[in-house]
Amino acid sequence: MDPTYQAAAEFSQQWGLVYFVTIFAVVLAYALWPSRQKQFDEAARIPLQED
Amino acid sequence: MANALAPQKRMTIGEGGLALALTALALLTIVIAAKAYTPEYAFHAYLFTAASIAAVFAIANRYFSRPAEKPPLFTADGRPNYNMGPVKFATVAAMLWGIAGFLVGVIIALQLAFPALNLDLPWTSFGRLRPLHTSAVIFAFGGNVLIATSFYVVQRTCRARLAGDLAPWFVILGYNFFIVIAGTGYLLGITQGKEYAEPEWYSDLWLTVVWVVYLLVFLATIWRRTEPHIYVANWFYLAFIVTIAVLHLGNNPAIPVSIFSSKSYIAWSGVQDAMVQWWYGHNAVGFFLTAGFLAIMYYFIPKRADRPVYSYRLSIIHFWALIFLYIWAGPHHLHYTALPDWAQTLGMTFSIMLWMPSWGGMINGIMTLSGAWDKLRTDPVLRMMVVSVAFYGMSTFEGPMMSVKVVNSLSHYTDWTIGHVHSGALGWVAYISFGAIYCLVPWLWNRRLYSLKLVNWHFWVSTIGIVLYITSMWVAGILQGLMWRAYTALGFLEYSFVETVEAMHPFYVIRALGGILFLCGALIMAFNLWMTVNSQAVAGEAEIRLQPAE
Repeated sequence: MDPTYQAAAEFSQQWGLVYFVTIFAVVLAYALWPSRQKQFDEAARIPLQED
Repeated sequence: MANALAPQKRMTIGEGGLALALTALALLTIVIAAKAYTPEYAFHAYLFTAASIAAVFAIANRYFSRPAEKPPLFTADGRPNYNMGPVKFATVAAMLWGIAGFLVGVIIALQLAFPALNLDLPWTSFGRLRPLHTSAVIFAFGGNVLIATSFYVVQRTCRARLAGDLAPWFVILGYNFFIVIAGTGYLLGITQGKEYAEPEWYSDLWLTVVWVVYLLVFLATIWRRTEPHIYVANWFYLAFIVTIAVLHLGNNPAIPVSIFSSKSYIAWSGVQDAMVQWWYGHNAVGFFLTAGFLAIMYYFIPKRADRPVYSYRLSIIHFWALIFLYIWAGPHHLHYTALPDWAQTLGMTFSIMLWMPSWGGMINGIMTLSGAWDKLRTDPVLRMMVVSVAFYGMSTFEGPMMSVKVVNSLSHYTDWTIGHVHSGALGWVAYISFGAIYCLVPWLWNRRLYSLKLVNWHFWVSTIGIVLYITSMWVAGILQGLMWRAYTALGFLEYSFVETVEAMHPFYVIRALGGILFLCGALIMAFNLWMTVNSQAVAGEAEIRLQPAE
């Protein structure tokens, strides 16, 4: 296999993994951070408020 | 005569600009029609001309009859002045296209059981009617449901009037015009032969313009929101709109033979074309038929059940996990083909990982009813939506399983795939859409739903239809797969291909019966909605909760 393909595949496999794990960790931290409980409870009620 | 204090009426830049652009389009298309290589293409060019001229007249008429001032963003009592006209139009369009699409589905199901129904005419052959069916149900029915609900939900959850004056109408009428061009094109034999992306280059260009305006209207409405938090349903809608734009552009770069010809050649070649096509095709499932309808789930189920979503945190994780994983799953459509093996395995792996966000979302939707399960007994609309989420869970279990290569070696190219698609399309997409429309019509027209009993009938008739459909296709598909791979002791294939076709006949008849029941359900629904809109019963406070149990 030609070296450019090899290099591209290695780069994307390794850094792709890092990228996805990081993004997912950030999302988890954002969603599960305890102090946001109140904010999310309010957000969940948005459809139920009548105007 | 005129009130001296009233501001002078002026044509806006939008009105003047759009009228000019459409006039230019009418002139261009009339030249194209005159010089078109084929009469079919000339017909489409004339349709463009006629629609453009009609739109210019409509803009002028609207200008003369409207008040001088723009509609206010808020009403006198401080509530947002919601713009529901375009939502109403798209809701009606969705119902009509739905019935047309289901009807064509029944016709082609019967054609498979009784091939004489092809009528030996090119326009009614299975090959032309099949894309008509898929596009009518996915893009015409589903698309109008998505546009209607997205324009409704973004206004209500942002507490802001829909952005744009003519723009929302341009999106809805332009989109439906695209459907007409696409659908008539299939019947006349105009296709680029890419599944779920059959429309040719000029329809694709038109859709691109419409879709970009759709994105801008949606974003601008979020931009002017008075509610600080962007509710999760809007995230799903936004992911749907953005990703469909990317997919459409990625899958359709084609070079037309001439501006006077409907025929074009795709820029991609060979296996790359197949890869891009199924990157598109599977994400049409992931972002059109899933993300968009999950947005419906996250608004309409809480609203109907009068309960906040089970876990808002889970909905955020659901969103990000779903959009990051779905985009990689396409190669599972190309198992055991010329596509490199690693790409097939990648597609399979990501499909399996999709189990997690899919089931996370399903649990979130169903558990929203916790503490309100009794409503399932009294409210058939809510029941329809909850059953749709259950079907979502079922088909998102089945899909990853079928993407596993060994399973796929049996299931691929068989009717099992058709059964799987329809458990998602009828059970999930159509049911959540029906539920949303049953909610929307009374809200939009400020009426009481004519009959919950008829909703109940719709629910049971079409549920039996779905069950007949998917079970017959499971049996047919597995039988087909096993017959194709059966060898005799001497190493010859045990069955000729036509024998496997013959074996399918009873299942095709059962499938057609299931489709007929589903269509009947939709007709019951249309009648119910017609009676709702034309009744005098204004929506009351306790309309649902007072219904006795049946």
